[in-house]
Amino acid sequence: MLTYTIRRLILAIPTLLFISFIIFLIVKLSPSDPTAGLPLTIPPEVREQIRQSLGVNDPILIQYFKWLKLMLWDEPLHLLEGWTGLNVAPDGARIISYQTRSPVMELIMQRMPQTLWVVGTSYIVGILIALPLGIISAYKQYSIFDQVGTFVSMVGFSVPTFFTGVLFIVIFAVNLGWFPSVYNTTHVVTDWPSFVVQVKQIIMPVMVLGLYNASQISRYMRASMLDNLNQDYVRTARAKGLNEKVVVLVHVLRNSMIPVVTVIALNIPAVFGGAIITEQVFKVNGIGQLLIIAIQGGDVPVVQTVSFIFAVLIVLFNLLADVLYGVLDPRIRYD
Amino acid sequence: MPDGATPFVLDVKDLKTVFRTRGGEVHAVNDVSFTLKPGELLGVVGESGSGKSVTMMSLIRLLPMPPAEIRGGSVMFEGQDLAHVPEETMRAIRGARIGMVFQDPMTSLNPVFTVGFQIMEPLRKHMGLSKSKAANRAVELMELVGINDARRRLGDYPHQFSGGMRQRVMIAIALACDPKVLIADEPTTALDVTIQAQILELIKDLRQKLGMAIVWITHDLGVIAGIADRVMVMYGGQVVEQAPVRELFANPQHPYTRMLLETVPHIRGERSEKLRVIQGQPPMMGKAPDSCPFRVRCPHAFDRCAEQNPPRFDVGPSHDAACFWDFKTGAPRHV
Repeated sequence: MLTYTIRRLILAIPTLLFISFIIFLIVKLSPSDPTAGLPLTIPPEVREQIRQSLGVNDPILIQYFKWLKLMLWDEPLHLLEGWTGLNVAPDGARIISYQTRSPVMELIMQRMPQTLWVVGTSYIVGILIALPLGIISAYKQYSIFDQVGTFVSMVGFSVPTFFTGVLFIVIFAVNLGWFPSVYNTTHVVTDWPSFVVQVKQIIMPVMVLGLYNASQISRYMRASMLDNLNQDYVRTARAKGLNEKVVVLVHVLRNSMIPVVTVIALNIPAVFGGAIITEQVFKVNGIGQLLIIAIQGGDVPVVQTVSFIFAVLIVLFNLLADVLYGVLDPRIRYD
Repeated sequence: MPDGATPFVLDVKDLKTVFRTRGGEVHAVNDVSFTLKPGELLGVVGESGSGKSVTMMSLIRLLPMPPAEIRGGSVMFEGQDLAHVPEETMRAIRGARIGMVFQDPMTSLNPVFTVGFQIMEPLRKHMGLSKSKAANRAVELMELVGINDARRRLGDYPHQFSGGMRQRVMIAIALACDPKVLIADEPTTALDVTIQAQILELIKDLRQKLGMAIVWITHDLGVIAGIADRVMVMYGGQVVEQAPVRELFANPQHPYTRMLLETVPHIRGERSEKLRVIQGQPPMMGKAPDSCPFRVRCPHAFDRCAEQNPPRFDVGPSHDAACFWDFKTGAPRHV
């Protein structure tokens, strides 16, 4: 297993280099001008000088290698310095956002906590709802519980979050006035009342995303449980005189979790990516919103960097899912 | 023998099992009665769909209910009527007093748990053994069923065993708590012929050592001839003939039994001879039978067979057959 993991990690390097090149090219080839967002009063010569200073007139390969070097070497060291306080960060250029003129990494680090809080919580809530829902639905297949559960998850899965988000705002924020419609990211939790405020403002985005996640995962859970409930080994477990709780929650569940854990692991990068749309709807200034604004403003470095970080996460969690698969299923050994 | 005790370890009377499906009811077991003496090996034969497995599954209540439903009859075992005891009591009997071995050893064991864990489960549940004691007993059991190097193999997973070895593990599980009755549902059908022979020898040997009674379900008449004390032939969810093994093979008294015996291919004899078959299919019992279920495929059928379901007539010493045709006289029975 260890050799397999190491082999996969080594293999990830060329994969990520290739991805980084593609991302860089695609974003670069898009017809955007870093000075387009600047006031119209700025004369063309000045604009040209700005472009020169940003290095966008260099040959594309030169730009790529410069960016890659910053991305893979300078920026991680800056991050390390930020976390540990060690004085390891190199001097010199950083990846700078066209719009804000500040280092892209710092923008990402500012946005990350909001995304992790809102989207991460919704993912955990989604899993916590989905697992029991899927297990009970499968065990009591075609019961009222299953029918309602399957219907709700079908609706939750097919209705987009920008619709449920707005619907929730209309119902719970506008008509009932229970929760605020906007997520205030400057809010700091210091005591009990401020904690209540935080809970109130996080409920709606978490529910909207949680419903979507729960719908998806519960369908996997249910299908996987159904696959296993009819297996011969379940009959064997019952023939041993084990009670239903042990049969279902030990014998069947352990087998059913194998594909579900993989799906959960594969979807974790999406948590970091933030739910771009839901963040927009509830005005959560997380990673998703950063990306949207960067795209709209033609902020090429931000788009490239955020996309590349997503790519790294996706590759890593794919690897994690494969390793977990081997851990959970003794029939799969990679060595 | 004390007063009130029966000479039978298992005494089934008029057992009736019905499946309720969307397309109506299926009468899978129709008034089946049989007995099992201590240490006896009863062979149960019949083609697929004749109700042999369903009968045994319903007497230990291992059928999914619903759709299955035990509609009548009694199953006396150790002074209790298994058809009417609470589920809790039934669980204490399953795997402890009555062991089961199933057809397909490749799927009957749970793939994600070690063999040791699966053998220890009934020991810990029914006998309340500690982990280390259960492990010791598991090793004993594995040695008993002929698995070499048992202590080391305790931690192996089912996929690390061959088919025959897995069936030995299944037998070890079934025998873990020293049961009074072992129900073996086609335990050799899925195995190679050489492995089949080994398992048969093992069962014979274990019966000598442990003295449990065995119900052996099969459609292989050759296996039955070699191992059974008594044979019960089933058709259409009922017992059509029942006799000591030699008597049945020498002197079959039901047309179905006769035709079954004729279908057995011979090694000697004309090579050009075609395999004999019984034309037609076993019936789907949409309602409780009011006529002989074999009548449509029977060469001896006459008017009465369509009017009445034949009861089991005594045709010899501990030999009965459910047929109106008397093969001894070559004419309809006068009753």
